[in-house]
Amino acid sequence: MNIHEYQAAKIFASHGIPINAGIVCTSPDEVAKAAQELGQAVVIKAQVHSGGRGKAGGVKVARDPEQARSASEQIFGLDIRGHIVHKVLVAPAVDIKREIYLGVTIDRAARGVTIMASSEGGVEIEEVAATAPEKIHREVADPLLGLHPYQARRLAFDLGIEPPLVNGFARVAQQLYTAFIQSDASLAEINPLAIVGDGSWQALDSKMVIDNNGLYRHKDFEELRDPEEEVATEIEARASGISFVKLDGDIGCVVNGAGLSMATMDAIKLYGGEPANFLDVGGGASASQVAKALEIVLSDKNVRAILINIFGGITRGDEVAHGLLEAFNTIKLEVPLVVRLVGTNQKEGREILAEAGITTVDTMNEAAERVVAAAKQAA
Amino acid sequence: MSILVNSETRLIVQGITGREGSFHTGQMVEYGTKVVGGVTPGGAGKEVHGVPVFNTVRDAVAATRANTSIIYVPAPFAPDAIYEAVDAGIPLVICITENIPTLEMTKVYQHVKQSSSRLIGPNCPGLITPGEAKVGIMPGFINKPGGPVGLVSRSGTLTYEVVNALTEAGLGQTTAVGIGGDPIIGTSFVDVLELFQNDAATEAIVMIGEIGGTDEEVAAQYIAEHVTKPVVGFIAGRTAPPGKQMGHAGAIISGGRGTAAEKMTALTAAGVQVADRPAQVAELMAAVLN
Repeated sequence: MNIHEYQAAKIFASHGIPINAGIVCTSPDEVAKAAQELGQAVVIKAQVHSGGRGKAGGVKVARDPEQARSASEQIFGLDIRGHIVHKVLVAPAVDIKREIYLGVTIDRAARGVTIMASSEGGVEIEEVAATAPEKIHREVADPLLGLHPYQARRLAFDLGIEPPLVNGFARVAQQLYTAFIQSDASLAEINPLAIVGDGSWQALDSKMVIDNNGLYRHKDFEELRDPEEEVATEIEARASGISFVKLDGDIGCVVNGAGLSMATMDAIKLYGGEPANFLDVGGGASASQVAKALEIVLSDKNVRAILINIFGGITRGDEVAHGLLEAFNTIKLEVPLVVRLVGTNQKEGREILAEAGITTVDTMNEAAERVVAAAKQAA
Repeated sequence: MSILVNSETRLIVQGITGREGSFHTGQMVEYGTKVVGGVTPGGAGKEVHGVPVFNTVRDAVAATRANTSIIYVPAPFAPDAIYEAVDAGIPLVICITENIPTLEMTKVYQHVKQSSSRLIGPNCPGLITPGEAKVGIMPGFINKPGGPVGLVSRSGTLTYEVVNALTEAGLGQTTAVGIGGDPIIGTSFVDVLELFQNDAATEAIVMIGEIGGTDEEVAAQYIAEHVTKPVVGFIAGRTAPPGKQMGHAGAIISGGRGTAAEKMTALTAAGVQVADRPAQVAELMAAVLN
């Protein structure tokens, strides 16, 4: 689950990290008022679940409340990598002496948690990793013992931080590590972590991603969810135990299993079509779940044809067939449908569908080829 | 021959009285797997599909000499179930459970690594040696016993698709192993590739990967250096958008890394034949074996 900068900053602050506290605003009037309250030059930052805000014009500095108001007028409504700006954070502009990147993430290769630091603060870490990987320093934390102070200090010395500032940096690194662990995060990032005017460390931008699988033990994080940042159908799907990701194509997909769903999308593309979504109905899908899945796919107005690809293991072919018929009772199907149903109880499932006038195909290739042709015809 | 499970496998089911555990116990017994016991705290004295239930893994092992455990316990309790199996000295532990928090798995991984047990999963379909033992949730009827193909995969249903195509092409399987779709898993591609390389009955290997992480690239390097048997691969998720989790917790392209293209390039460079479609795996395999 993604959360906003201001929400991450609040979590970091609760772990003792010095942040550049600001005021969240939803209108230019509020921005002017916030700038007035802060009584100094401010920085206005778009609050969206996306990186690259600066380059997109989502971050602006203003000297006074009126300037802040007009600057924010340009930020509200901005489209940053597909995310529309509804909220901004107004924070005091600070005098930056030096910028560092500091991040904590799951290191899949190391099977553990890694703390990363780079002297290239303020730059996206992916960019540094691609252009100057030697500038990224890493320490892997022991899952049981945590990040040792010496590891945090070692990062500081690797970055060439002057000795009087090392302990302060190490403290922030350990606090960030603790925030990561205690929040069940998959990413916690301060970029930049800056040495400001008075020589102290301050987190100027905060980012955090929470592991969806850890959410059950952080009920309080539910309120951090921003429905404006999520696709409504993705939320609806999640509530039904369906894994759904909206894409830009015109061929709707209903598949069982994540790997097979991806392979189905790939097959559609291979035959010259474009998938409208990723959809995994889940293992042992019931009739009602299949009906729900079909409803979600059909709610996308771009969909010109639908491919249902079920390989029954635990999922039974007859259950799937009943689910489809159940769905057609309530939804009027106006686009062509291609069904491929194999595996457990395939015979029963196909018979049920045949009686209702729905024909099925045997192979995935045939199914993909047919649905692409059907979508092209409908276009 | 085969790897990891066979007719000598003596299996216990942790979470045997739950909905999933009980259903799949029946399925595994029906397939012919030697399911010797089950564990549910407070369930001692019961029977599920004729299988005796014990309170603890220790009790189950003492009574049944079990050498393998499969876990169907819900995510909040699954790490504890893994620790219990490992601490009872069970050499092979398979965790089917999905949605375990990744941070829990960092601890579990370290604990298992320091023990003599092997963990497969979590978030995996299990493994099957056709005709001998089905230890998992896969449909057993699509498999063909006797080899010569060993299969390792991060996916579930996609594996069934490929197994089905192999069987239809007349190619049997020694063992098919689902290693799981999570970011941190107990057994990696490399571990299973090594087992297949050393298994006399396995003549060729199928490896099915997907987007996310770098395990396929690590496997490619291992294949180039250590695997002399032919390998056919497939990678799912060429059309997956970056930054979006595609069902499995581990299937995500993050920071521009973990794309299907990178993995296919690495595998091809290691001499692996990479299929465009799942069914093509069987065609390529048939050609390789001829």
